[in-house]
Amino acid sequence: MVGAQDPVVARQLVKKFDDFVAVDQIDVHVAPGEAFGFLGPNGAGKTSTMRMIGCISPVSSGELRIFGLDPEADGRKIRARMGVVPQLDQLDNELTVMENLVIYGRYFDLSRRDARAKAAELLDFVQLTERADSKVEPLSGGQQRRVSIARSLINDPDLLLLDEPTTGLDPQARHVLWDRLYMLKERGATQIITTHFMDEAEQLCDRLVVMDAGKIVAEGSPQGLIAEHVRREVLEVRFGHGRNEEQVEKLDGIGGRIEALPDRLLIYADDGEAALSELHRREVVPESSLIRRSSLEDVFLKLTGRTLVE
Amino acid sequence: MTHALHVFERDVVFLRRIWKAVLLSAVVQPVMYLLGVGIGVGSLVDRGADSADLLGGVSYFAFYATALLATTPMFVGGQEALWPTLDGFMWSNSYRAMLATPISSRDVVIGQLFRYALRCVVTAAGVAVVLAIFDDTRSWGLGLAVLVGVLTGLAFAMPFAAWTATREGDSSFPAIIRFGIIPMFLFSGAFYPVSQLPDALEPVAWVTPLWHGVELCRGAVLGGLGGGMAALHVAVLLAYVVGGTAACMVTFERRLRT
Repeated sequence: MVGAQDPVVARQLVKKFDDFVAVDQIDVHVAPGEAFGFLGPNGAGKTSTMRMIGCISPVSSGELRIFGLDPEADGRKIRARMGVVPQLDQLDNELTVMENLVIYGRYFDLSRRDARAKAAELLDFVQLTERADSKVEPLSGGQQRRVSIARSLINDPDLLLLDEPTTGLDPQARHVLWDRLYMLKERGATQIITTHFMDEAEQLCDRLVVMDAGKIVAEGSPQGLIAEHVRREVLEVRFGHGRNEEQVEKLDGIGGRIEALPDRLLIYADDGEAALSELHRREVVPESSLIRRSSLEDVFLKLTGRTLVE
Repeated sequence: MTHALHVFERDVVFLRRIWKAVLLSAVVQPVMYLLGVGIGVGSLVDRGADSADLLGGVSYFAFYATALLATTPMFVGGQEALWPTLDGFMWSNSYRAMLATPISSRDVVIGQLFRYALRCVVTAAGVAVVLAIFDDTRSWGLGLAVLVGVLTGLAFAMPFAAWTATREGDSSFPAIIRFGIIPMFLFSGAFYPVSQLPDALEPVAWVTPLWHGVELCRGAVLGGLGGGMAALHVAVLLAYVVGGTAACMVTFERRLRT
């Protein structure tokens, strides 16, 4: 059911830059409290969509309502209820962490006292209290991103937009960030996340759409998409470069579908172990083999014929 | 308006940390000019038989020193609208961060106008304090001249900022300083009355904002400027400020909301 005040309702949404169509007639509905993902390779139209939702990019055609309001007419009102974590940190390097948060709070018309109190609370939340009076510049990438997240929460947003929140972070920093985002979700904040990391989408999103070349090519929960488009497991086998394709005909009947990549074969099967035994029984012996669970990466590969991060 | 003030507040927080450096670097240069040109060249000029007539009955030092009340904010306001302003669009992206809040691109423009004005106030006031030391230029009119200096600085800053908002890099900025600001400094009546220019060049000085600022500052401190002319000078400077601000409204919006 689509509610009139729901965080995002888009119908036939289009974004054009001159002749280039960045977003091509997409329908999106984000329900309150949901963690919603836009997944796709670079240039798929994720960021353009986010910018329209963020009311900083005019809609070319179609309809977009945020909390039931029109971004063109009520942009200021909508942005007052929104928090944005941009792809690249937009912090003031010249100012301290605390000043960054307080000044941002002022943009939302918070009093100085309220902004300071809220900033202190948020720095505690992102575990940066001891860096409050440090300038932003010497902080690590992960710490700066946490400052960005804290800053985006200064107005207690009903809707949080996160554009590739963990791009460029090391694995440890990513996990700290995921943990904080999960806590926010538990508190009931609606989140919209763009990413080209499959594991991130699986971790963070209740529901997601897969975008490619401006269009939505699939929609569902991470598990639902995997169940719908690929088998449960993947057997990855390598026969050496250039010799993978020629093995395909010998594997007829094994698993569900076989994807031949230049460096390896992907055999989708409900039971990867059984598929590997069958390979050995037919005396097709790969140089190496690996069994893993299917992921959204596999869904994307099936839908578009391309891997996500090239 | 409150949103524009919040934008301005960011710069106040920033300037509070670096105001000493801003003041020092803004005042050291004019003081050097004052000593080098005002006193050094002045001692030669004042020996000329009819120099006092040409300069309107004042010493060369007074003639030149009062022009600095307009030229210094021109340099400071103009430069602030170049690199530090481009930073908001493409390095720190601070303007983009503002646009994710209830702040609009118009608020950003007005906030920057306040910011340039603040820089100009600090520097023009610094020059005024220095001029108050000397008998030739000590006058209550220095207060008024500070306001004129701010107006002059904005007459440069606002059109420059409108240009900056259209740039993807800073490669054009040194040329603006070298071929825009410096010639104006030399040919807009700061060093000599524009009546000394070849006849063909004189009207060029009339359309530059700096000449109007220089004439007003001189009039405010040394007197001798009629009310009609003063109003005309103010009107020209205001036209540059208003026109530049209107242009900013367009170029900032175009840059920040695409």
